[in-house]
Amino acid sequence: MSVRIAVAQCAPALGAFKRNLDLHLATIERAREAGAQVVVFPELSLTGYYVKDLATDLACAPDDAALAPLAKAANGIDVVAGFVERSPDARIHIASGYWSGGAVRHVHRKVYPPTYGIFDDARYFARGERFDVFPSALGPAGIAICEDAWHMSTPYLYAVRGAHVLLYVAASPGRGVSEGGDLGTAESCRLMDAFYAQYLTMYVVFVNRVGHEDGIAFWGGSEVVAPDGTVVARAKEFEEDLLVAEIDPLLAARERARNPLLRDERHDLVLRHLAERVGMPRGLKEVLD
Amino acid sequence: MLVAFLRAETAKVGLRRAVVGLSGGVDSAVALALAAEAFGPERVLAVHTPYRTSSPASLEDARAVADRCGVELRVMPITAQIDAYRELVGEEMQRVRLGNKMARERKSIEFDLAWPDGAVIGTSNKTELLLGYGTWFGDMASSLNPVGDLYKTQLRELAVLLGIPERVVKKPPTAELWLGQTDEEELGFTYAQADLILYFLVDRRARPEELLAAGFGAVLVGRIREMVRKSHFKRVTPLIAKVSLRTIGHDFLYPRDWEADR
Repeated sequence: MSVRIAVAQCAPALGAFKRNLDLHLATIERAREAGAQVVVFPELSLTGYYVKDLATDLACAPDDAALAPLAKAANGIDVVAGFVERSPDARIHIASGYWSGGAVRHVHRKVYPPTYGIFDDARYFARGERFDVFPSALGPAGIAICEDAWHMSTPYLYAVRGAHVLLYVAASPGRGVSEGGDLGTAESCRLMDAFYAQYLTMYVVFVNRVGHEDGIAFWGGSEVVAPDGTVVARAKEFEEDLLVAEIDPLLAARERARNPLLRDERHDLVLRHLAERVGMPRGLKEVLD
Repeated sequence: MLVAFLRAETAKVGLRRAVVGLSGGVDSAVALALAAEAFGPERVLAVHTPYRTSSPASLEDARAVADRCGVELRVMPITAQIDAYRELVGEEMQRVRLGNKMARERKSIEFDLAWPDGAVIGTSNKTELLLGYGTWFGDMASSLNPVGDLYKTQLRELAVLLGIPERVVKKPPTAELWLGQTDEEELGFTYAQADLILYFLVDRRARPEELLAAGFGAVLVGRIREMVRKSHFKRVTPLIAKVSLRTIGHDFLYPRDWEADR
């Protein structure tokens, strides 16, 4: 009773929406032929990552006609793809959508657009405000876009809200070669994937891109990690790949029986401490007491 | 990673060949080896541009490296045009000024030989770039640079891995600006010293006080910091005076790799 997932580790062209749309349609077909029920593309897969001022040119609503071919292709196979979203009040977001049955069913807006070092997201993009779990072909899922996943509250909140799967889509630049061993970023990502999977007892599907933008190399290395921390499948580094893996939607439940960390989690304590930190909302004290 | 960088970033702008100014030193040797791997040796041209005072040993080393990489080497002396220019100037040219002129002459030749579908491969390493120890729009100029994030010390290690002849890796670095010149003598410190200090200052974001506490000399640390500060203009694009509502470099910010759609 497993669900087959395809991870599209690709190299989108920067600012070339139509070319990227073609790449998506071709990859969706390959995933379909491989028997996948879901195919997941990396962050901003339809536009490229370092779009800068191009962001406003590329932005569209999730149900825009430009995305209609993608929605149409999402029939018999579900699709997660990254795009620049223009909200009804004209904010520009880094977004990932979930298309199923010919229509978009869920959109996650990047909550943490990084703006330091080699990143300048918040200059061009507004912040998302929500972490919503949605029903996917893989079971209840939550989407984390790149930096979202580096904040441990993100997978935590998804797990607390009942997600069995974290779809961690990224445009992760490879760097830190001088530190010895593997790339610093690769080691960090693998550590996160394994840790979140095992300690939140959920699947982590890490989908990273490859290719270059303005001298920066995205390192790939996409992987699927099971709720028991085992690596189900891992893609090559720096090369395009269509990684196919099996996900057992019941494994999280079995793992949680053995390792009931989430069951025993004290949400009330977490809430109380957070409330003490950011101020107690009206009425919350009564609820907690 | 560096080979993939050269392939991807040239393909995007339609460049299919590479030209490398091959001095006989280790930096350009590494750049050539990477370019040969990225483009195939038959699509790479090495060019050696000696002045009459240049050492014949440098030409020999350049030839050895080009042979090792299977790349064609063109020798194009710059003596005639430099001497003609010196005559035109009339007065004695101070040696740094003359070195700058020669560096720009060499780069001009590389860009010419790269026309219309070739990339000029940069050979400036991270140490030189940070210290500003190079000629602005001369040896510092390029289409793209695969070695600019590697310190001299790291470049030497990479050169060994790439099978660059030991003689080239081990010889004292020189810009051959004048007879017998070596970089380390002119700088007054060694690359090993500079690389360590720069690595902590730049890569590890250490404050100078921390370096002094760790035992680095105050004079040397101060001198290196000041070289980095003074030369920063060489590492950025020339300033544009802002007058309009949207200005190149200020608030007209598009990626270099902005690709065509279909």
